[in-house]
Amino acid sequence: MDALMLARVQFAVTIGFHFIFPPLTIGLSWALVLAEWFGWRRNDPIWTSVGKLFGKLFAISFAVGVATGIVMEFQFGTNWAPYSKFVGDIFGAPLAAEGVFAFFLESGFLGLYLFGRGRVSKRMHWFSALMVAVGSTLSAFWIIVANSWQQTPAGFTVRNGRAELTSFYEAVFNPSTMPRYLHTVDAAVVSGAFVVAGVAAYYLLKDPASGFGRRAMRLGVALGVISAVAELMPFGHLHAQQVARTQPEKFAAIEGLYTSQTAAPLVIFGVPFGPPPRVRAKVEVPSLLSWMAFGNANAEVKGADAFPKEDLPPLWLTFVSFHNMVVIGLWLILVMVLATWHLLRDSLWKKRWLLKALMYSIPLPIAACELGWIAAEVGRQPWIVYKLMRTSEAHSTTVSAGEIWFSLILFTAIYTLLVVLWLFLMFRKVRQGPELPPAQPLEKRASAA
Amino acid sequence: MDLNTIWFILVAVLIGGYAVLDGFDLGAGVLHLFSRSEGERRATLQAIGPTWDGNEVWLLTGGGALFAAFPAVYATVFSGFYLALMLLLVGLILRAVSIEFRNVIESAGWRKAFDLAFGIGSLVPALLFGVAVGNILRGVPIDSAGRWTGTFLGLLNPYSLLVGVVGLCFFVMHGALYLRLKVDGEHSARLAGWAKGSYLGFLLAFVGATVATGFVSPHLFKAGNPLFWVFAALLVVGLVGVPLVLGRKPGLAFLASSLAILSMIGLAAVGLFPRLVPSITSLENSLTIYNASSSKLTLTVMLVIALIGMPLVIAYTAIIYRVFKGKVRAGAEGY
Repeated sequence: MDALMLARVQFAVTIGFHFIFPPLTIGLSWALVLAEWFGWRRNDPIWTSVGKLFGKLFAISFAVGVATGIVMEFQFGTNWAPYSKFVGDIFGAPLAAEGVFAFFLESGFLGLYLFGRGRVSKRMHWFSALMVAVGSTLSAFWIIVANSWQQTPAGFTVRNGRAELTSFYEAVFNPSTMPRYLHTVDAAVVSGAFVVAGVAAYYLLKDPASGFGRRAMRLGVALGVISAVAELMPFGHLHAQQVARTQPEKFAAIEGLYTSQTAAPLVIFGVPFGPPPRVRAKVEVPSLLSWMAFGNANAEVKGADAFPKEDLPPLWLTFVSFHNMVVIGLWLILVMVLATWHLLRDSLWKKRWLLKALMYSIPLPIAACELGWIAAEVGRQPWIVYKLMRTSEAHSTTVSAGEIWFSLILFTAIYTLLVVLWLFLMFRKVRQGPELPPAQPLEKRASAA
Repeated sequence: MDLNTIWFILVAVLIGGYAVLDGFDLGAGVLHLFSRSEGERRATLQAIGPTWDGNEVWLLTGGGALFAAFPAVYATVFSGFYLALMLLLVGLILRAVSIEFRNVIESAGWRKAFDLAFGIGSLVPALLFGVAVGNILRGVPIDSAGRWTGTFLGLLNPYSLLVGVVGLCFFVMHGALYLRLKVDGEHSARLAGWAKGSYLGFLLAFVGATVATGFVSPHLFKAGNPLFWVFAALLVVGLVGVPLVLGRKPGLAFLASSLAILSMIGLAAVGLFPRLVPSITSLENSLTIYNASSSKLTLTVMLVIALIGMPLVIAYTAIIYRVFKGKVRAGAEGY
């Protein structure tokens, strides 16, 4: 592999690994805010123990997320120096703003949250949980701003051999920022909700009367059903419409539309082959794609054939990752809707198959996040900044292939070890069970729940 | 004062903030390698537990600010220091993970492994910080087109390694002084010993490095600039202050040490100004606050962001430090 390909692989490996953690921690942080609120306002020690347990899971995951996040920020400079010089006038600001507005808030108050229980007032303790959640959610905003500017650059002009800012507002709120932000942050809430509900299911499978399990389940399902449905409608739909408008090459690739047509069909299932690109074993709904993308069943949708070959993203990977993301998303909605139904009828506690489905679905939202991210970023290729700079022009030429091999192997080894350790610790924490308040006997807890 | 100068100062402030704050927990991490008992190790981790993460954000924000305000510096230096930065990142990863993972499992072997990883993950950044500063002070190989022409081994030149030792000794001292605010008894007495030893080591290396700077980069001594003498005087106050109050007033000793590191960074900034990265091939090729900066609009926007954000950051950071003021409590929440 040449230095360019190695730099791309390293970026993919490091961000693919990093991106396990932000959705998880953002989602969990909001679950913590609610659990701690109930613990404080209702003076309910079991709710507090819900906060404590998920707080521990949060802390373990947050550490890995922070550590691997610094790698991302440095990597633009180390591996993509020409890119950094070309876009620095615009791209650096959101990264700095993330630090100033979000990351200080998040990490500062996390210390207070994790170490301050019993040391600060309950109000202050809850407030620190809230600030952690606000900080992590703002943090996602600035990162999505930076990445969205790569997708749909705005508010700039090319001058002095680089992209120079002309309007900060337009650069920040470029055409894809809000659709992508809502879709991503909501996905984070789904991820957190499934952890909470899945862990609750694990305890309920052992003891259907578990007060801890019941509280956590209500929290997880409430967050989960709203966020999972909203992820498709409206957020996923709005994001897809925006891609259709602003990045038609990417849209054609993810949807598997290889010839331009009016009344374009929506491919529900298919196996892409190529070259020349074609989709086999296709299941499609006529005209639906045109209608969903442009609100008109007869609208013309551009296919891959409408663009020069050198401007097209890889077709196979984008199609497969996008469609698998959608399949997972639909499954998550199904599970959460069923869980809500049984929760409302008070029959969830003994539905072992549904509890098991919830438990085994824990990793699925993260998988969907990764797939969605692959579709978004691979779909942006061959551009590092859409229509402005090609990825092939952007990597550091002063860094040799050998040097990248060294760092790539090092990171891969460390990250492999980290993911094993992280999973081991998460499983262990859950198996150890929550620290429950000692005084209450089991029956009382069940009736209180 | 123009925007470029303001941003030069702000980047220096962020680096200073990082050195003062993460400096003590990096130093504590190095000292962790030499702790004598489980009690000492726990106390060390409890002492830095609530704040290390926030301290590290200064580095992250500094990197972001450099990227935004002086993208050419960010791009050239980061790609030029490639392997060194990769090692730094690995160090920071090990550190962050170790501190969170260490106490999750009650097993001596598990703890020992993470103690080692935590110590090494602290030692590497504590050393590389000075090595990086040394290379900047010495000048880096940039040609007339602004391209990097150096190698990794070139970064490990004697001068920069000496500055690396200056930094390492300083951070160990700084860490020991901070920990003394947090622990009692025998542990505190041993830390006083470490503080004295690393102070002497620092002083020797610092004098050596100062003399060497006279040969390597004489242009850094801006004797005509009054700020040079202000920072030099503050440095003397800090360095004389540390041993004077070490025994009786540990809080004051930590402040003196913070003053010393801030003055050193101030001196370096005065010496470098208006260059950010001098070129060793010819000073003409240096990256300066003008030829490496972002546009006026970006610098203005960033300044607004900093003026809104940083006072808030400083306010709640101060509140958080106040909450955790005083000695570490045994059996408290946390690790």
